[in-house]
Amino acid sequence: MRDSVIWVAVIGAVLLTGCGPKPRPVPASSGGTTVTSDQSKALGADASNAFGAAGAGGGAGVAGPNSPQLQNRTLYFDFDSSEIRSEYNALITAHARYLASSPTTRVRLEGNTDERGSREYNIGLGERRAQAVRRALMLQGVSETQITTVSYGEERPAVTGHTEEAWSHNRRVEIVYLN
Amino acid sequence: MTKTRPLSRTAALLAALGVLAVPAMPARAELQVNVTQGVTDPIPIAIVPFARAVPADGGFDVAAVVQHDLESSGRFRAMQRRDMLTAPTRAAEVQGADWKAAGNDYVLVGRVTSSNAGELDLDCDLVNALTGQRIGGKRFVANSTNLRNAAHQVSDFVYEQILGVRGAFATRIAYVSVHGQGSAQQFALIVADSDGESPRVILESTQPIMSPAWSTDDQWLAYVSFENRVSAVYIQRVRTGERRLVSARAGVNGAPAFSPDGTRLALTLSGTAGNLDIWLLDLATQALTRLTDDPAVDTEPAWSPDGKSIYFTSDRAGGPQIYRLDVANPKHVQRISFGSGYDARPRVSPDGSKIAFVTREGSNYRIGVQDLASGTVSVLSRGSLDESPSFAPNGVTIIYAGRDGEIGTLQTVSVDGQVTQRLTSSQGELREPVWEPFPP
Repeated sequence: MRDSVIWVAVIGAVLLTGCGPKPRPVPASSGGTTVTSDQSKALGADASNAFGAAGAGGGAGVAGPNSPQLQNRTLYFDFDSSEIRSEYNALITAHARYLASSPTTRVRLEGNTDERGSREYNIGLGERRAQAVRRALMLQGVSETQITTVSYGEERPAVTGHTEEAWSHNRRVEIVYLN
Repeated sequence: MTKTRPLSRTAALLAALGVLAVPAMPARAELQVNVTQGVTDPIPIAIVPFARAVPADGGFDVAAVVQHDLESSGRFRAMQRRDMLTAPTRAAEVQGADWKAAGNDYVLVGRVTSSNAGELDLDCDLVNALTGQRIGGKRFVANSTNLRNAAHQVSDFVYEQILGVRGAFATRIAYVSVHGQGSAQQFALIVADSDGESPRVILESTQPIMSPAWSTDDQWLAYVSFENRVSAVYIQRVRTGERRLVSARAGVNGAPAFSPDGTRLALTLSGTAGNLDIWLLDLATQALTRLTDDPAVDTEPAWSPDGKSIYFTSDRAGGPQIYRLDVANPKHVQRISFGSGYDARPRVSPDGSKIAFVTREGSNYRIGVQDLASGTVSVLSRGSLDESPSFAPNGVTIIYAGRDGEIGTLQTVSVDGQVTQRLTSSQGELREPVWEPFPP
């Protein structure tokens, strides 16, 4: 029952978007879905915004991820560069200290680029940025097992627009606490 | 073609997760094709309204679709209907001299007739106006639901008879559309006719979808989906919506490309350490073979039509450039592009003689074509953020993604640079067009 309620909502959304400014009569031809993907995997996934220190158990005297000094979670990069600017040394150290003291806490490092150039090559550049942050955290004692990386390339801009100003906000790595 | 039936529990669960793989949902907005530049001397042709089979043909105007196709190619100029004094529907009825006097080189006539079992026969005849002789004709069997596709096949026939090149009007394109901004972004993978008509959503997600790629038998699309917040490569049967997760390894899973024989997928994997290299995945056995092993970014594989080589992007020499490896001996790598400092995302022409790619000119990213024998490069586009070139299966045209002000649009340019078109959608941003191969 719950499933069908969800489904009605989604159908509604599809139909609504299907009737844009220029509605078009289309012979009904939806349905017939035979998705065979791995649901359990899909269900297990998305926990991105579920940080919150509960149970993470920060070590002696180190505050949890909700503490003020861990609220800066974004590092910006120069054009075509994966070098971490020295202004982020303190940010890296703060997160590294907390993660090293709380070995069960996990983070995902999300690498991003600006929109220029080809999309899959930008996935490569975003991954390079995420890896730079990963290495910096590991150098300060964070375990490999606490870190996953993902590159969104140019697919998830923080700021829309096609100016250097917008681009400089999109070349970034975001640290996302997973638990 | 597809019937409506209750959606499965599976589909509902996936829908709740914000991803939906579907066989054929009507898309939200059609594309509009505008020819922005044609050849200076287009061929004059009269496309006479076809005789109809009322009501079996549903009032469908075959000649109007053919006219739109041929004019949108930029190679033809069609006579206005209101200037036609007669309306022949068979070659024998065409008075060549009259049509020639009205400025036409060719006359196309035809008729739709009801046949047995509810089918429609679509016949056409192409007449040389100068000689009055019938050049050729063809019959297509259709029904009321696929008459549009049959009309595109008439366009293909006329195009090939007159220009000597197979037409690609009856093929489809796949592309990604994006609506909304930030966390409200909605991504869709869409398949439409090459003229933008009949768009069908085959996948919807709140997370990015990228890098669609056709199988050479045109049955499957491979793509990258971030529906689980990390990248994964799927293949999906376009007609049914059936799909398979083929790679969800740690790190990057990207840039899928079906081998010409359809048995393998070239793709980019990075592993935990984040070193992007190109691998081969056997689709039957799941066996992985490494093709490149370099600390640089190696990505965007594209097969040569004979399946012997893979072209790819690598920044092993600094900026991204295009290289080619020998699939049987992948250590044998040759640099192919020597351009501006940024040459990426190669696609190989159907005859294997050229590559199209993204190249930087000053601060602009544009579509370049390199002749592989001579090494000559031409830059075909004029935008600032052009990307994702894909050859039409006849090799005449390249479709790519560009920007029109704030909106991402699909554009085409002929490989000789003479004809350009823009395909715009009434809403949303369009990207990553890929042209379907000719059906086997």
